[in-house]
Amino acid sequence: MTDDLTAVVRQHWWTTVASVTRLIGDLEAAEDAAQDACVAALRQWRQARVPEHPERWLVSVARKKALDAQRREAKRAEKEAAAVRDETRSSIESQAPAMVDDQLALIFMCCHPTLEPASQIALTLRAVCGLTTSEIARAFLTPEATVAQRLVRAKRKIREAVIPFRTPDGDGLAVRLAAVLRIVYLVFTEGHRSNASQAGTRPELCREAIHLASSLATMMPGEPEVRGLLALLLLVDARRPGRFDAEGQLVLLDEQDRSLWDAAKIAEGEAHLASALSLGRPGPYQIQAAIAALHSTASTAAATDWAEVAALYAELVRWEPTAVVEANRAVAVAMAHGPTAGLTILDRLTDDPRLEAWPPFHIARADLFSRLGLIERAAEAYEKALSLSPPVPERTFINRRLGELARRGLGPGAEKR
Amino acid sequence: MRYICLLYVSEADLPAPGTPEFGPLRDANSAASAEMAKAGVLVDGAPLQPSRAATTIKIRGGETLLTDGPYAELKEQLNGYYLLECADLDEAVRWAQTIPAARTGSVEVRPVVRVEGRP
Repeated sequence: MTDDLTAVVRQHWWTTVASVTRLIGDLEAAEDAAQDACVAALRQWRQARVPEHPERWLVSVARKKALDAQRREAKRAEKEAAAVRDETRSSIESQAPAMVDDQLALIFMCCHPTLEPASQIALTLRAVCGLTTSEIARAFLTPEATVAQRLVRAKRKIREAVIPFRTPDGDGLAVRLAAVLRIVYLVFTEGHRSNASQAGTRPELCREAIHLASSLATMMPGEPEVRGLLALLLLVDARRPGRFDAEGQLVLLDEQDRSLWDAAKIAEGEAHLASALSLGRPGPYQIQAAIAALHSTASTAAATDWAEVAALYAELVRWEPTAVVEANRAVAVAMAHGPTAGLTILDRLTDDPRLEAWPPFHIARADLFSRLGLIERAAEAYEKALSLSPPVPERTFINRRLGELARRGLGPGAEKR
Repeated sequence: MRYICLLYVSEADLPAPGTPEFGPLRDANSAASAEMAKAGVLVDGAPLQPSRAATTIKIRGGETLLTDGPYAELKEQLNGYYLLECADLDEAVRWAQTIPAARTGSVEVRPVVRVEGRP
């Protein structure tokens, strides 16, 4: 299922499902119809050639299949529903479909805040990105039955509670858009720092997230945060080739071979960031993208403008006053003004239960202790991170660091704090 | 589509009629329902007597079992409802947010199944 034709079909999945959902008002039936249309397309296009407008072909075939299915259903139930639909159909089919509106309505429906986040993610990957249930299950290392059940439950709620197929407007838009962007971001982070995967990353999820952000940025050109998110994802993803060594071991930012980073992606990310900032409405994704840009464009870790990174994190704290953001600021402050300044901030955060359970927090502390020569305290913090069962690459990394500390601890220069 | 908003608030936190706190709570609910009525979404709504007044009925094997008290003992008790007629869940959630109980307890929004032949 990876040949060119499959890619073409998948590329138009979002539009197809969206358009049919608009027509018949039911996501599940729309997915079935889109699936049938895709199968028909693959069969027909392999024998003949791909039509000039594959998207239009898929949409119109899927619409026809959906209406046929509905008519069969209606006949079986001996109801008049089909007649009502027929009446509205002629007017709908004669118009050029408002594809972008429908696509946005679909993703806003999938990311509806009344659905649980795991369902929003699964539904978006299925209905919008066109991933199959088994692909989603594999990406999240979740049993396929669990994903399938989650999808069924979510679609049932959409139908029974009447979750609207509509792009919110007015005051509601900002909140709902933030929810959509959050789902896109979560898909990316799951791919970028996968808890589920042995390999540590799931590039296919990063790709889907970037594709989603990119499509949304095209559809909503006036929303700077959408473009900010796209910039952020590109800038972070550009560094992926440097994050693991040949043995699949995690390499920290300051030790990465920066020549491995994807220069084209970095340039693309920077361009999107500039265009987002030009709209003059900053927000958390734009700030994070600006931070990522400082990292991605510095020739070495030492050459990074850490004072600027720290200042941007201080700005980000105002938007997202969380301990995690503050911890990141502490790391930047440590780079700009020395490990002690960073530790002072981190020490203020040790009471936060969420940070306590977050391995990177302890890794950051351990690193600063180690730079101050406080071997025992560094080892303690690494052990603490280890006890929180971080993903495999981080575990390997911590064990390597612990080994280094043990060797250093035997030699001179070790002291207690 | 009809939605029922079920109000769950800890009875320990609910002011009794006659106490100084009761008036403001009643007024807040009156104000919320007046807005709903004005918008044409309010079908019905009422507070319930406390859960100690509840009787739970169960018939098993032809035998009727009456229990003194509510179906489930929870930290927060069902003590009122609003029945709304809304276009979709977005509209219902928007109105549910205006119900005072959402601030002190929880409001559960449930779609109501349409029964043919009933108003």
